[in-house]
Amino acid sequence: MDAQEMRDRLRDFVRSEFLHKPDYPLADDEPLITGGLIDSFALAQVGVFVENAFGVYLPDTDLTVANMDTIERMTACILRARR
Amino acid sequence: MTLRVDYRTLIEPIVERALHRPDHPSVVLVSEDGSEETVTASQFLANAADYAAALRSAGIQPRDIVVLVMRQSKELLSALWGALYLGAIPSIFPFLSEKLDRTLYMEQVRVLVAHSGARAVIAFPEFKPDLAALLEGVPCRILATDEVRRESGVETPPPPHEATPESVALLQHSSGSTGLQKGVALSHRAILNQVRSCGRALALSADDVIVSWMPLYHDGGLIAGCIIPLVTGVPLVLISPFHWVRDPKVLFHAVHRHRGTITWLPNFAYNHCARNVRESDLAGLDLSRWRLVNAAEPARWDSHRLFLERFGPYGLKEGALTVAYGMAEATLIVTATPISEPPHVDWVETRALHEGRAVPAAPEAAGSTPMTSCGFPIEGAEIGIVDDEGRRVPERHLGEVVLRASSLFSGYHLRPDLDAKVLRDGWYFTGDMGYLADGQLYVPGRKDDLIIVGGKNIYPNDLEAIANEVPGVRPGRAVAFGVPDPELGTNEAVMVCEVDSAAGPERTRRIESELRRRIAQQTEVTLHDVRLMDRPWLIKTSSGKLARAANREKYLREYGRS
Repeated sequence: MDAQEMRDRLRDFVRSEFLHKPDYPLADDEPLITGGLIDSFALAQVGVFVENAFGVYLPDTDLTVANMDTIERMTACILRARR
Repeated sequence: MTLRVDYRTLIEPIVERALHRPDHPSVVLVSEDGSEETVTASQFLANAADYAAALRSAGIQPRDIVVLVMRQSKELLSALWGALYLGAIPSIFPFLSEKLDRTLYMEQVRVLVAHSGARAVIAFPEFKPDLAALLEGVPCRILATDEVRRESGVETPPPPHEATPESVALLQHSSGSTGLQKGVALSHRAILNQVRSCGRALALSADDVIVSWMPLYHDGGLIAGCIIPLVTGVPLVLISPFHWVRDPKVLFHAVHRHRGTITWLPNFAYNHCARNVRESDLAGLDLSRWRLVNAAEPARWDSHRLFLERFGPYGLKEGALTVAYGMAEATLIVTATPISEPPHVDWVETRALHEGRAVPAAPEAAGSTPMTSCGFPIEGAEIGIVDDEGRRVPERHLGEVVLRASSLFSGYHLRPDLDAKVLRDGWYFTGDMGYLADGQLYVPGRKDDLIIVGGKNIYPNDLEAIANEVPGVRPGRAVAFGVPDPELGTNEAVMVCEVDSAAGPERTRRIESELRRRIAQQTEVTLHDVRLMDRPWLIKTSSGKLARAANREKYLREYGRS
């Protein structure tokens, strides 16, 4: 899976699971947690989703606001962990 | 083995244990990197005495208020008990998270110091410059943790201050500009009464191990996850709340590793654990000794079911889930369900419940609601249900929950006006709506508009005041309320605001972003939903005030998910 596909799947996940607005125009660099769109509890849910969808186990030290605040940063973090 | 609880002050058991059982493991701290540190009874006392000495040299006297601005750590525990050792009155302030705006957060510290008349703030060194600038000219000392001299074992510390049982031991605040003005003052006697009666209700014994992730600024974290274990000598395993939030498996691993027996969780935590612990993290765990206490927000039947289904295969027993009801004003809890059996579930007609009566219905029948029992009053507590005139109502009739308890608070710090509103003839008016059936208490909701999200109290006027400052929102045309989210097992905050009629979609989206960002950075609340109306939508009362309950009903009719 390439980075673009990963970004798109993460975006769909965030829109449907947290925003409940499937057509929300969510940009790759839009702050999710610090922007008040999703709660920090969502970090754990992202961890579960990433393992199920991409087969990548993100250690809890990776599940931080700094690493997960945008779609772009999430993708970068998952790609790092996959290596 | 029964526990000794006949102490007069909170510091007595700490001193006594250090003397008689110096190597007793009082606290195990689990770090975010997975490493652990054990603090023995003698080290614990020495650490507290070091903080007491540092406060004393800074000129702090018994009965002075000391605000602790610290993350969950050994230093926070030491500072808390150090203040108690000196006879000063500690108050723990929530720690800065990555979401909050640092400047606004610091401003809230200043507000708390000003309102409470605090004489000292204890903080980590990186906060000292900011705090010094903020509190310039205020007669309040700032003590950084690295300024505390470690005399542990070098000299015998002076004996602790001899507090009287009636003297105020500590203050508890809930957050937000409204909560900061309501410092719940608890005496040594009230807290020790709670330790005693809560311990009996839960059959706490010397074989127990308490595992907690709840923040110490919350009554659940402070009393259940800190004071009860330290007074009774039941070992405490303490996890950082930030760590648990982003990966709830740390709680399960700590329970397994330390043979944990008791954990307190607000209802949402059952859903968070059941949904967000990864299967690969559960292999080989033994949860058979574990008991849980659901408190701090209404317990939900479906949350318990979800939790049991997920963790039953790891040995969790059906009778392991107890429910309790309480609030900071009663120190912690006033009712609890009998241990070792599932809490009673009362199925009632949904429509009648909205009209104020709990009419029994067949389990899982259409149009019925499962109400999970909060149990019976614990020792020293008495519960009543009253109507708007303060008269008792019959069984199965909804009314305000009032209570008397040996663990009741001494009043709100410096706010006799607030005391007069909630304390009448020795009864505390809780603002919760409940009913009694066969001696058990059920609490379906609130009398006022308070929103309880994940066990945290959120005052809608705080959110509305922020919205009114957002450019594009019509001033005075914003309303906040809570709606239940069964998936998350808690209430969620929602806002509806009217915006300028010519705003257009792109500008409306910018207004929403700005509103969400400000609310998150100033209050840590993530809004579940925001609806911006470019037309008159909000309902006002005849006196021109926004009617939150009516707007909530309208919102649920038009936008509710189910």
